[in-house]
Amino acid sequence: MSAVATSGRTSATGRKSSGPRKSKLGWNLLGLFVFLTAGFPVYWMLNTAIKPAKDAIDPDPSLLPTGFTLDNFRRALDIADFWGPVGRSLIVSLSVVVIGIVVGMLAALAISRFAFRGRKIVIVGILAVQMVPLVAMIIPVFLLLNDLHQYDKLSGLILTYLTFILPFTVWTLRGFIVNIPKELEEAAMVDGCSRTGAFIRVVFPLLAPGMVATSVYAFIQAWNEYLYALMLLSQQNQTATVWLGNFTTKHGTEYAPMMAGATMMAVPIVVLFLLVQRKMAAGLTAGAVKG
Amino acid sequence: MSAADTTTPAKVPPPRQAPPPAVAGAPRAKKKKRTSGAAAAPWVLLAPCLLILVLVLGYPMVRLVTLSFQKFGQSQLWGFLPPESVGFDNFEGVLSDGEFWQVVVRTILFAGGAVVFTMVVGMLIALLLQRVSGWVKTLINIVLVASWGMPIIVATTVFKWLFDSDYGVFNALLSKLPGVDMIGHNWFASGTQGLSVIMLLVVWGAVPFVVITLSAGLTQVPAELEEAARLDGAGSWGVFRHVTLPILKPIIVMLTTLSVIWDMGVFPQVFVMRGGHPEAEFQLLTTYSYDRAFVVNDYAQGSAIAVLTVLLLLGVVAVYMRQMLQIGEVE
Repeated sequence: MSAVATSGRTSATGRKSSGPRKSKLGWNLLGLFVFLTAGFPVYWMLNTAIKPAKDAIDPDPSLLPTGFTLDNFRRALDIADFWGPVGRSLIVSLSVVVIGIVVGMLAALAISRFAFRGRKIVIVGILAVQMVPLVAMIIPVFLLLNDLHQYDKLSGLILTYLTFILPFTVWTLRGFIVNIPKELEEAAMVDGCSRTGAFIRVVFPLLAPGMVATSVYAFIQAWNEYLYALMLLSQQNQTATVWLGNFTTKHGTEYAPMMAGATMMAVPIVVLFLLVQRKMAAGLTAGAVKG
Repeated sequence: MSAADTTTPAKVPPPRQAPPPAVAGAPRAKKKKRTSGAAAAPWVLLAPCLLILVLVLGYPMVRLVTLSFQKFGQSQLWGFLPPESVGFDNFEGVLSDGEFWQVVVRTILFAGGAVVFTMVVGMLIALLLQRVSGWVKTLINIVLVASWGMPIIVATTVFKWLFDSDYGVFNALLSKLPGVDMIGHNWFASGTQGLSVIMLLVVWGAVPFVVITLSAGLTQVPAELEEAARLDGAGSWGVFRHVTLPILKPIIVMLTTLSVIWDMGVFPQVFVMRGGHPEAEFQLLTTYSYDRAFVVNDYAQGSAIAVLTVLLLLGVVAVYMRQMLQIGEVE
């Protein structure tokens, strides 16, 4: 996550500046091409969302915005209840993040700060578990929730989301903890802190930025999940992703409102993602300097 | 599945019962100074995590395997009939079905193509990022992070719109080329073209992670090594082939493995793109298993297909596991 910022900085200092100007121009043009191509789907989503609906069904569409209207957003909100699904997605994602971080932190501490028999098996297990495709598990998970009377309940969905969030938080937090020198903790303990005290006063503050990033990533993953939400909740209890997915199943899809809906789903998530990327890099380096 | 299987039972007992005896026996015998309280601590910390994983992952995994050896349809789902064991019937049924093998081949081609494209394009962009000016780099990074952060469902609906037959901008742009008229062309009339579009969607979503990880790796390549190779007369390709690539190899192996796992698990893209009912020529192993279970209501055969899918992944996972094991050892 710090990659963006750090790699940006190293090249800005111009290790390659000795090279001739001319060749840089070529690379820059190529880079701009990559920028335009990779960014086009996002641009087109925004462009369609704000253009008048009649311009959206032009067989020869103008590549530049043709006007600005919020009608498509209004229409998207009319077609089906939007805030209900969003509220449910929020409840599910936030619960998953809180449980995933707390439980994951404990487990990450165990595998990164303790030497014990079976540690390797646990690590391999947690990694192996991330490899099982979620789709393969949908049948037994569906039957399990059916047996536990958790089908069509948000609590059931939260429980199942932990299958992919927990291994992720454990593994990521472990990475952050491993990067904090053990000596810091040991020094605190020599100075009279208990092991818990050393953790709370020394490790935790250094870990905070990593925890924030992990939480946001976990939140995004939970928010974006589609298959389990589709299968384990009925239509009345659908989450935001399923809401948008259903948009496409209607006959005669109205693309302009659909893109407005897509924009509403994507913008907060992408902004969150962009923000954390920056903060993460800054937070990590700040922590390192202080340490 | 067998790798996951062997770890599951091993994981289950320790948090509850195994630790006290192990603690009493092992440390005292081998390592002297550890008190039993300290040795139990990691297991106490691990307990909630393991409990949840055993319930929502371990149990369903076992259930998936047992299901695949049972007869389990709607009457068993509602409890009218008990599930009965049928041995390898489900597997025989699936494996003797010609359609299944078509789906397997299609899935391998799809996932393989997506992985190769993702890795090659990702590597090219990562290398390009080293050569462009700072502001271009910033622009590309913003776009990469934005497309990385796009929810899959959003990206899928956007691509559906881009490739719409009548009003999609892709057809309109293609038709601007001299002598090309693609207006009205339906990309989803054929499975090959439709899956190519879906592959493009998957690659578009997967490339940012690869680029950002590889870029981070590239900054670790010592400039002196590249310099030395260049002084020895190596061209750009030579430097890349003999210096950069070997240093990046562990990252590339990891990224490739993860991509294989992710691309074999592609589901929502196909599902939503085809309006919840993928046609026969769009079926991948994931949608095929889903279809068998929830559309045909044969949960047992659906499970058998899922088990076979996971088995197919095992070879790749084994390679990755070996590397991860080394990480476990280092720390």
